[in-house]
Amino acid sequence: MEETSPPRSDHPVIALRGATASLGSRPVLRGVDLTVRAGEVVALLGANGSGKSTAVRSVIGQVPLTGGDLTLFGTPLRRFKEWHRVGYVPQRTTAAGGVPATVREIVTSGRLARSRFGLPRRADREAVHHALELVGMADRAKDSATALSGGQHQRVLIARALAVEPELLIMDEPMAGVDLASQEVLASALREQVARGTTVLLVLHELGPLEPLIDRAVVLRDGCVVHDGPPPEAVGQHALPGHDHVHPHADDTAPATLGTGLLS
Amino acid sequence: MEILTYAFMQRALIAALIVGITAPAIGIYLVQRRQSLMGDGIGHVALTGVGLGFLINSSSAWAGPVWIATFVAIAGSVAMELIRWYGKTRGDLALAMLFYGGMAGGVMLMNLSDAGSNANLSTYLFGSITTVSAQDMTAICVLAALVLAITVGLRRQLFAVCQDEEFARVTGLPVRLLNLLIAVTAAVTVTVAMRVVGLLLVSALMVIPVAAAQQISRSFAVTFALAVAIGIGVTVTGTATSYYVDVPSGATIVLFAIAVFVLFTLLAAPLARKRARAAAGGADGCTLEVPGSRAPADDVRV
Ligand SMILES: Nc1ncnc2c1ncn2[C@@H]1O[C@H](COP(=O)(O)OP(=O)(O)O)[C@@H](O)[C@H]1O
Ligand SMILES: [Mg+2]
Repeated sequence: MEETSPPRSDHPVIALRGATASLGSRPVLRGVDLTVRAGEVVALLGANGSGKSTAVRSVIGQVPLTGGDLTLFGTPLRRFKEWHRVGYVPQRTTAAGGVPATVREIVTSGRLARSRFGLPRRADREAVHHALELVGMADRAKDSATALSGGQHQRVLIARALAVEPELLIMDEPMAGVDLASQEVLASALREQVARGTTVLLVLHELGPLEPLIDRAVVLRDGCVVHDGPPPEAVGQHALPGHDHVHPHADDTAPATLGTGLLS
Repeated sequence: MEILTYAFMQRALIAALIVGITAPAIGIYLVQRRQSLMGDGIGHVALTGVGLGFLINSSSAWAGPVWIATFVAIAGSVAMELIRWYGKTRGDLALAMLFYGGMAGGVMLMNLSDAGSNANLSTYLFGSITTVSAQDMTAICVLAALVLAITVGLRRQLFAVCQDEEFARVTGLPVRLLNLLIAVTAAVTVTVAMRVVGLLLVSALMVIPVAAAQQISRSFAVTFALAVAIGIGVTVTGTATSYYVDVPSGATIVLFAIAVFVLFTLLAAPLARKRARAAAGGADGCTLEVPGSRAPADDVRV
């Protein structure tokens, strides 16, 4: 009697309802609803400071919610233990720490979700190698992370998230400060993940080369959702609701778009 | 090797060796998460423990102060960790209060006790390796084994937490527990190293070997091994030197460590050039060998 071919559960992968959160004494999320279903690619858009990172960090439990509720794969966050199903790319400009570490060492730490206190196995090494190949960094595996360019740092961070072979990939501005060549590499890596059925929630500043992959866009403004639906057709912010007049595409970088306050 | 015929020097060298291993082993994680000075802070707080030990148990100079210092250092390091979690913006001021309060409290308590003379104070501040007793050795060995088991046994987990705490949380690691473990391990290391290099110089032995090692290494694993090797090298030679030349062991060890750091820094540039040449040379080798065997094909390609 099974009609749906992929074994997909009924629960949304992420269900955030009426979420409120504060940083310091400042309310940053003021009732955010965000649902991501299995296999969906959802872009979270909004101006700097609109609460995109806070929303994403509350989804992974890094920022505690002061109200509302959150389930991951149908399990309330408090009881959620299956972290090997989640890959996370935090908003960073560097993958390096205070001590030299090779690209492989950093990406290997992503596997800990599967082999938490056990010894690394062959499957772990293969997954790390595969993740590095996906982002085109396999030849740099033995290099120190400090010797990388901005785009390469971002690729390493993404490989670290992919190493766990996640069902849900959460990325916070993975394209920030990334040169065009790296953007293409990352877009193709992401395309491959999406083709395999990975669910993706990604924070973006502008849709860019990822635009064709995105099923739905959620736009935040001052901690509230102001748009949830198909991604804006035009490049960047021009076609977002709340914008008075539509600019031609070529006007992409014009400061006039600041008026929306959406993606400044 | 007449130095090895004295029991007190045997103990001193073994204690130095142990500190040379353990201090960089935990120090590397502090440096990795850019908290190089945490060891220094713990050292300051531990002084209050030493003072308290003198005040409570002035008859037994060793057993009292060291165990109480260990306890107070652990409490202090846990407090620092809690301040890091909850302190947010005023966290560093709270840490400053803790550091200076710990130092002042130690000096005050020491002076209130009968046994705590200034001379006694300075053996804790700057180390007095030749006064390490047989019971001390047992305590040092047990604590050091604990430190080593944690820093080596949990290296993958600690690496992840210190490299990127937020990411580590999403792997499902018990990040807070591991952070507390690092804090407690650092505190234990401080009290183990206290007799050898002194509370004021403990942090140097946690940080400088790591700083030296990372001048020439590219991976965490190599940095770890090299830092421990440097730690062993400077503590053992420093202790031996202090025996022959009659200079304080702690200061000698730290100056040796700085000398190694300078040496490695000077080596870093030529080494990087050599590596770059090796990489370029490897590439040349490939393109040069090809024409040797298949010259026509290569001509066509060009
Ligand atoms: N640690 C913090 N303490 C207090 N306020 C913060 C902190 N981090 C961010 N904020 C504030 O929260 C708001 C949302 O930040 P964030 O979620 O990072 O925005 P975005 O990712 O959309 O640029 C901003 O106004 C910012 O000033
Ligand atoms: Mg952000």
